[in-house]
This record gives sequence, structure tokens and C-alpha cells, in this order.
Amino acid sequence: MELVLVNLIDGLVTGLLLFMLSAGLTLIFSMMGVLNFAHASFYMLGAYFAYQISLGLGFWMGLLLAPLIVGVMGAGVERYGLRRVHQYGHVPELIFTFGLALLIEELVQFIWGKNQMPYDIPEVLNFTAFAIAGNSIPAYKIFMIFISISIFIGLLYILTKTRVGMIIQAALSYPRTVESLGHNVPLIFMGVFGVGTALAGVAGVIAGPVLGTFPGMAFVLGSIVFVTIVIGGLGSLWGALVASLLIGWITTFAKSYNVRMEDILNGIGIVTPSDLEDNIFRDLWTLTSPQIADILPYILMVLILIFRPYGLFGKRDA
Amino acid sequence: MSEQDQITTDPTKPAQRMRAGSMTLSLTPWLVSGFVLLILPLVFTNNSAITIMNQMAITIVFALAYNMLLGQGGMLSFGHAVYAGVGGFGCMHIMNASDFFSTLPLPLLPVFGGLFGMALAMIVGSFSTRSAGTVFAMISLGVGELIAACSIIIVAFFGGEEGISGDRTYGLPFFGVEFLKQIEVYYLIAGWLMISAALMYLFSRTPIGRMANAVRDNPERAEFLGYSARWVRFYSFIFSGFFAGVAGALFAINYEILTEENLNTASSGVILLVTFLGGVGFFFGPIIGAIAFTLLQTVLSLQTELWAFYAGVLFVATVMFFPGGLAGLIMMHVPAFKFGKARLLLMPYLKTLLPAVIGILGLSALVEMTFHVRHAATGENEMTLFWTTFDSHSFLPWIIALVVTAVAFWVTRRNTPEMVEAWHKANTFPGGGA
Repeated sequence: MELVLVNLIDGLVTGLLLFMLSAGLTLIFSMMGVLNFAHASFYMLGAYFAYQISLGLGFWMGLLLAPLIVGVMGAGVERYGLRRVHQYGHVPELIFTFGLALLIEELVQFIWGKNQMPYDIPEVLNFTAFAIAGNSIPAYKIFMIFISISIFIGLLYILTKTRVGMIIQAALSYPRTVESLGHNVPLIFMGVFGVGTALAGVAGVIAGPVLGTFPGMAFVLGSIVFVTIVIGGLGSLWGALVASLLIGWITTFAKSYNVRMEDILNGIGIVTPSDLEDNIFRDLWTLTSPQIADILPYILMVLILIFRPYGLFGKRDA
Repeated sequence: MSEQDQITTDPTKPAQRMRAGSMTLSLTPWLVSGFVLLILPLVFTNNSAITIMNQMAITIVFALAYNMLLGQGGMLSFGHAVYAGVGGFGCMHIMNASDFFSTLPLPLLPVFGGLFGMALAMIVGSFSTRSAGTVFAMISLGVGELIAACSIIIVAFFGGEEGISGDRTYGLPFFGVEFLKQIEVYYLIAGWLMISAALMYLFSRTPIGRMANAVRDNPERAEFLGYSARWVRFYSFIFSGFFAGVAGALFAINYEILTEENLNTASSGVILLVTFLGGVGFFFGPIIGAIAFTLLQTVLSLQTELWAFYAGVLFVATVMFFPGGLAGLIMMHVPAFKFGKARLLLMPYLKTLLPAVIGILGLSALVEMTFHVRHAATGENEMTLFWTTFDSHSFLPWIIALVVTAVAFWVTRRNTPEMVEAWHKANTFPGGGA
């Protein structure tokens, strides 16, 4: 029972981290209709910038400055790259962000090299917050949960309660009308793109010390983020939250409980074949849940797309 | 240009429209390329050149198959390597099934590879082709990742981390040829390249190929005409899967080993890069892209560690400034040649593009030097660049590179208006009008 609680907390950390990425991605998607393939690359840039800043000014300045730099870079990409490619259509836009993701990875390798950076948890947070039945929960995890939840609440407040949020929401659905009311819609788009990438940057800053700061970190998380927003429904913020938590918990639980395929098959009445070594399905029989934990999101996505193509919370015609 | 060759959409002249659609088949380019493929190994006789040509031919088949989706069908796939890979893995299993393989001539093996690819494409396409655009791209990415991840787990079929290997020479001898030598494999691959390229070209000329274009441009309108956009996409998808499988089979025959690397997202990304670099708007675009990219990869990767960085820059620049790719750039010059004014462009091109090339080389020298200073082992200050060896930590080479780059770009900038003017002049119809 205690283990369940520990896994719930671990899954929550993973899920909220995913949410910080998918929130920005889904906002950008609902605004421009373009999926930003380089989104996870901005997450990586956040981690690297924070590392570089933390060398001189400490972790907290990194947490403050790195997302700002990433956000400005994101806005620049929208202004000078994406807006230019937009005239060619959607497919070139997707290809552009894909190329950008490749380029950022190469750039990071060019500047920082191929090895993992020694970017560590700050001393202040490097202690055990509390323990559940002998399993210690580091304070940094609590800090991550705290940061992500406060960002989510802040985002929700801005989008639904403030004037700026109203204009953004209106611009998402009726950009032309909002424009004719005198608002600068391209500027809004640029701003939202910048904020979305800055959110990815925040995720990078706080995930870097835990998940490692290395050139492949964007690739590791990148495709999972896309899976998340497809499962949640493209363009839905709530869908992104639910799907992120779902994926966080599924992968955590699959990794910590060693469920074997053999037991499941035996449980439903299929007897293990005696000549398992030569059996054509031997890989199926020896399958365990930690082994497939990382591909469970993809399986979930394929199932969702077959049975509910618009995702959990997506609109039917999207 | 004669009257009949002109492509028209004039509804009062249906005969002429038909002509533009289906009868503009010219044999000349095919005969020329067949001849070139035939004599290439006589020109470049050493083994490494044949290896490069084999790889090039396989990439061409794959890129053409990919362009059936991207260019002709408007479907952006991020997981197309999966179909080639599965085709290759299937062929490898056939090669290892010695009873069956000894009755099968090797040149027929790609057919099976194609069928494997097609079968997988049928399964995936049954749900992924419901929509185009972003959703299709997402599904292709997810399925690609899924199968690439499975390849580590399902050892029986994919062979786990080390992959599976086979021996092509166990097949039934084909007119006495056992495919022991690299050159024999070259002719097999070249033959399949011609066959599949011709088939893919003919596919683009069939009504279903034409409908794929229509669905790409305006699916709603195509549906109003009574065609199901989904099924049109499905057919393009499975035929593309077939030819991707053929490419995978050729890979299996050439290298005799397949690993997870043949399936993963990175190789799917490479084929997207190749196709887009070549140009998706023309049938021959991916061919140029595959040739250019393979040369870039083999030649540049020998010279510099940073070749992937340059490829990335080139790719992003292509998307931003030349969305038509290399083929688009070439075709831009057709009107100037038709007007007989192409020679007007020669001098301005030389005056602008030559400094631009020097400037880019200077810039890459700066990049290489920065890289060397940051990442070379401490104490190792000597580096070799453009056939000169120097100390990368001293000032002089930096100043030279900076000055050369700056001057070259300044000259480029100064001469650009002249080139633009010449361009407009060359593209003006003789006797007025645009």
C-alpha cells in the first residue's frame, strides 16, 4: 500500500513534467495549427542554459533567467522562421520545426559536446522531505510538483480570468475578428509561442538535474510529448493535463511492478508451451511490464487513434 | 512550345486536357538514365565508388517511395523507415530460410520485400489515412516509434540489438550469376532502381495517382466529385509502402545485415531530409536529393565531424528559402532557357555566387576553428583546414578567416542587385509582357 503512494508521487512528478511541455505545445497548436517539433528542443535548451548560468550565478538565477532566454529565442523563431514558412502551407511548417529540432541538437553538441553535463540539484533542496515506509521522498520532487502546479494554476488564471487571456482565447478561435477590433494578432501569436517555449524551458531547468542534461534529452522526451497531446486531444489544455498524468502513472507503475506476460496468459487459462525456447511466440511469453513500460504510451496512442481519433478531450472535427 | 504540349485546364478542350495528363510520356530521360546506370561502373571502377553508388541507388528508390506520400499525396510521414525496415527484415528471414531461398533467384527477392512493406502499410494505413496533415504525421511518428521500440523486444523477428544477418549467395543462381561480387549486386540494384522508378512514375500518371494530387490540394472538392479522399490516400500509402519495402530488400541484399537502426526515427528523418532537399514538387526531385545527400554524407563526413550540423543548417535553409528544393531551383531556370536568354545570367551568377561560396567556406572555417578550440584535447593546438595546417589558438588564422568571410559577403551583397536585375531581364518574354 505504501509503495502505491510512493509510485503515485513519482508518477505525478513525471506527469506534471510532461504537462509543462504539452501545455505549451497544445496552446501553440490550437493557435497556429502547427505542431512544434522543436518543442522538446527548447526544453533541452532550458536545461543547458540553466546549467551554464548556474555555474556563475547559482541555481535560482538559472531558474529565473534560462526560461526567459528560451522564451525570447522561441519568439524569435516564430517571428523570423515560422512566419516566413507559414506562407508555404502546413506541411513545410511541420518540416521546418522538424529541421529546427535536428539543428538545435547539433548546435547543443557543437557548444557543449556529447557528454552529460554535471548539472545537479541545488544544495538547499538536496535532502529527504519525508519517508513512506522506508522509501524516502527527496525534497526536490516536492519542489518540482510545487513549481508545476503553481505554473498550471497561473496559466489557468491568466487564460480564463484576465483581459489578456480573453484576447488570446478570442484570437485562437476568431483571429480576423480580433484583428479588426484593433488587436495585434501576429504579436499575440508571437507572445504565445514565446510563453509556450518558455514553459518548456522551465521544465528543462527543473528536469535537467534529475533526468540528466545531455544532447539526447530532447529526443527521449520529445515523442512522448506528442503522444501526450494526441491522446489528450489536439488543442485541449485539460486533455493535455489528463493525458500527461495518465502517462506518468502508467509508465511509473509498469516499471515498479514486475508483471509478467506468462502470469497473465496463465491466468486467463493459456498453458505455457513446454518448448518455449523454440516457440515462435517466445518473446511474447517472456515479456515483462518494465520491459514495455516505455512503449505503453505509444500503444495507448494507437488504440486511442483507432477507437477515438480525436483524442480524449478533442473536438470531433479537429 | 507547341500548342498541344501546353498544360491547360480549359474545360472546353477536354481532349487537350487529357493529353496533358496522360500522354506527356517522354522516353528520352529514361533511356539516358538507363544508359548512365549501365556505364557508371565502367567509369568508376574501384570498390568504394560502387559501394557509394549502391547506397545512392537504394536511397533513390526509398526517397521516390517517400515522395509518393509527401509530394504527390501531401502526407507527411515521420516513420516511413519502418516499412523499408520491415521489408528488409522479411527478406532477411527469407534468405535464412535456406530450403525456400535455394529455389528463389535473388533478383526476385525485392518483390517479397515490397509485399512485406505493403502488408504492414495496409495494417497501419487502415487507420492512419483517415486524415492527412498533422494527425497523419502524428500517427506515423507514433507507429514508427512503437515498431522501432518493439524491434528491441521482439528478438525472434528483429534479432534484438545486434539485428539479423544472412547470405545472399545461397539463392538460386540467376543465369549463372551468384552475386558474389559487388559489381553484380550493383547491376541488380540498378535494375530494380529503373523498374521501381518507372513503375512509380507510371503510378503518378494513372487516374489514382492524379486523384492523389487532387486530394492533396483539396480533399473536400475531391470528395464532392465522388472520390473518397481516405481511400485515395490509402492506395497511395500502400504503394508507397511497397516501394519502401523494395528499398529495404535492396538494403538487405547489399549489406546482408539489418538492425534496429534501419527502423528508427532517425532514418525516417533522414529520408524526409533527402526528399525535401531534392524537392517534393517534381518527380525527379528525390533522385537529385538522394544523389546530393549521399555524396554530402560520404564526402563531408570524411572531412569533418560536424557534417550533421551542416546538413541541419542546409535543411533548415532549404525549408525557409527554397521550399521547392534543388529540383525547384533547376526548374526555375526553364523559362530563361526557353526565351534563349540564359546566357544573360551567367556573368551575374559568377559575380555573386562565387563570393557567396567563398563566404560560406570562410564561415565554416570559423565554425571548425571554434569547434577545435572548444573540444580538441588540451595541448593539441594544430589543426588542418583546407589543406593548410596551423595553430588554432593563435590570432593570425582567425583574422584571415574573418577578413575573407567579411569581404566575400560584402562582395556578394554588392553584386546581388545586379543578379536580381539580370534575373528579371532573362525571364521577360522577348517582345514585352511578363
